[in-house]
Amino acid sequence: MSDAQAKPRIITLKGRKVVGGKAAAEALVTTQTISGWGGINEREGSVIELRHELNGVSFAGKVLVFPGAKGSSGWSAFFHMCRLNDVAPAAMIFTRMTTKIALGAVVTRVPAITDLDGDVFDLIETGDFVEVDADAGVVTITKA
Amino acid sequence: MRLTDAEQAMFDGSKGAAVARAMDLLVRYGEALGAERLVETRNVAGAFNASTPSVRHIAEDGFDRVYSELNLDSDETVEIPHVAVPTCQLITGIDNDNFATQGVDPDLADLQKRSERYLGRRGINMMCTCTPYQVGNVPVRGEHCAWMESSAVIYANSVLGARTNVEGKESTGAAALTGRIPYWGLHLPENRFAQHLVRVEAEVDDMADWGVLGYFTGFAVEEDIPAFEGLSHQPSLVKLKHFGAAAASSGGVELYHMPGVTPEAPTLDAAFGPNARPEPIVYGAAERKRTWERLQNASDRKLDFVMLGCPHNSIDQMALIAELLEGKRIHADTALWVHTPRAIRQIADRSGFSEIIEAAGGVVMSDTCPSISRRLPQGVRVIATDSAKQAHYLPAIAKVQGWFGSVEQCVNSAIAGEWLGVVQ
Repeated sequence: MSDAQAKPRIITLKGRKVVGGKAAAEALVTTQTISGWGGINEREGSVIELRHELNGVSFAGKVLVFPGAKGSSGWSAFFHMCRLNDVAPAAMIFTRMTTKIALGAVVTRVPAITDLDGDVFDLIETGDFVEVDADAGVVTITKA
Repeated sequence: MRLTDAEQAMFDGSKGAAVARAMDLLVRYGEALGAERLVETRNVAGAFNASTPSVRHIAEDGFDRVYSELNLDSDETVEIPHVAVPTCQLITGIDNDNFATQGVDPDLADLQKRSERYLGRRGINMMCTCTPYQVGNVPVRGEHCAWMESSAVIYANSVLGARTNVEGKESTGAAALTGRIPYWGLHLPENRFAQHLVRVEAEVDDMADWGVLGYFTGFAVEEDIPAFEGLSHQPSLVKLKHFGAAAASSGGVELYHMPGVTPEAPTLDAAFGPNARPEPIVYGAAERKRTWERLQNASDRKLDFVMLGCPHNSIDQMALIAELLEGKRIHADTALWVHTPRAIRQIADRSGFSEIIEAAGGVVMSDTCPSISRRLPQGVRVIATDSAKQAHYLPAIAKVQGWFGSVEQCVNSAIAGEWLGVVQ
């Protein structure tokens, strides 16, 4: 293996701030939208939807990369409870803007960013190290 | 975001700390959406009640703390004033009369009642139903609302022509105190045109048919706006209540157009406006059968529990259930709970329907439902329901098997103690 290949590959994307702040953590990526009420466990910070590809997986402390929110209007309330229970994601990167995800990101109070200038589902994989600087609108991915 | 002088003054504290916190939340939320401004609303439907075990420890610090945290996202506990605009409580976790049957401990039931007195004094109307449009909150066409509850939002937008996005606990809490909500999404007329065409080739007549069409539509269009052609029968409040709840469960549909039925689209051309009319999505006999089968999440036919009334039943539905149960007896091993708004329950009581349902062994519930409360009779393994929405959510929430069918199939199965339904 050459030195060039051994070095981590770093990718930088630009997007729009949804909620300000900075965070850096491992990515958890899903191409499926997530339900709040009825779709997550707010005490453990995990997905519980039966047919979801992340069923049983915890998003606590991760940079959650997902299309956005679906389901009940209780979405924000459930992610709000995750924050109060210290099991919220570290940051959110999403692609589809809705009132559920916007309000949910605001009350979860984690850096959140959307409208990135690259396909996040292609460029980010679960386990990559991701830095989110929402104030600057910048996401920096260090490939695992 | 641009604020008017009046809004800026509220933001700066001219109407007190709670209103300032509410404006702060609305500005953070509006900026997250990319909204340019707020819009005035005089119709808020939200979730304010303290009725769940997880709220209990917050309520120990008082109901101002509950509202500050859960309805305003405020770290600071602010004294909550009277609401600024008409506001109602949607469905809640506990039936104030039947809490023991639900398995709720009396302390928690008492917490809800105390929380209701606190909220009522501040002007929040205790409708306690997912269908406020059945009990007096009927917005008019073009009225800007701030509503939670996906099944109520789709009804208000589509059937009534009101304008609301799917709001949440915090945004409705802030809207109640300010009379403002972000001007975004479905508040803007240009965002209300159809994007998909559903061509209905199957017969869609009774309530179950409408639920199945709604469930199909949600999968087909996700959160987009569909318009329909080929509908052969005139729907009613009950049928569109079911249809919309189903479409908002399998997808995130918040608005649809049915030319000749819904007010914003007298024709398909009006429904699509400037949007190109796409190739139709066909709903025929095969799609209907496949969708009906998709609603079955059960294999055991011995039936423990039948849930009717999601969204909450109209008085016509209560009358029909009473007619089906008249002189009959529900199987000893099967429970039947029928859910209706408390105001409609009173009509059902005076009309003799509740008595017939209870004489047959059923329970008439108000204020809540099993999916919201997460409470079912003890030991339930297999449920049946006439609601596509409940069939979608309850098996996942309560980890039970679930059958879906018509109200007749559900009532007859409750009497037999086993699921008699067939895919129709």
